[in-house]
Amino acid sequence: MKSIGRDEVRRLVETGAQLVEVLPKNEFDEDHIPGAISLPLRRLEKEARATLDPARPIIVYCWDGA
Amino acid sequence: MYDYEAGKLDWLAAGLPSEGTNAERPRAGDVARKDAPTCTLDERLGDVRERARTAGWTVAVVVNAERVVLGLLREKELDGDPERSVEQSMRPGPSTFRPHVDVAEMAHYMTEHDLTSSPITTSDGRLVGILLRDDAVRIAHEEHRHD
Repeated sequence: MKSIGRDEVRRLVETGAQLVEVLPKNEFDEDHIPGAISLPLRRLEKEARATLDPARPIIVYCWDGA
Repeated sequence: MYDYEAGKLDWLAAGLPSEGTNAERPRAGDVARKDAPTCTLDERLGDVRERARTAGWTVAVVVNAERVVLGLLREKELDGDPERSVEQSMRPGPSTFRPHVDVAEMAHYMTEHDLTSSPITTSDGRLVGILLRDDAVRIAHEEHRHD
C-alpha cells in the first residue's frame, strides 16, 4: 500500500478515488473528510468487496499515523 | 490502494472542511480573526506598533513569506523600544492551536491560562488567524444556550 499526503488525497478524490475511513462509526459520524465512506476496520474485510468499486483507486485513513 | 497515513487529524489540523456532527460546531479556525496584523522579522517595532494600534489590535503576529508563524508581539512586546527590530523584540515560538479545536475547549483553556489571544495555525505552522478570548467565550456561551 502506497502512503500519500493530503495534497495527493485531494487530487485523487477529485479524479474519482474512493475515500474510506476505518475508524469506528461514531467517530466517522462526528467528523469525516467530505465524500468519505465509513468502513470500520472490523467490518473492512467482510464488506469491502460489496461496498467498494475495485476499478477506482481506494484511499484508506484513520485518525493519525501513530 | 493508498494509505493517507497522517489521517483525519492531519486533514482537520490543516483547516480543511469536514462533514459530520462536529462540523456544525464552531471551531477555533472559524472564529479566529483573519484580519490580525502581521509583520516580518526585519520590520521596525515602532512601525508595527503603529499599524497594529491603528487597526485596533494589541497583538501582532510575526510571519515569514509563507505565513508561517515565527513569533508574537503581545502588548508588552509592542510597548518596547520602537527602534528595535521585530526579531529583537518578539516572543519567539509562541504556543499555537489548530483550527479544528472546538471553540468551547479553547475558551476554557484561554480562560484557565489567562490568554487574551492565541494564534491559530495549520499543522504546517501557517497562520489562520488570531482567536480572541472574548470571541471564544461569547460563542461558547451562545453554543451552550443552543444545546
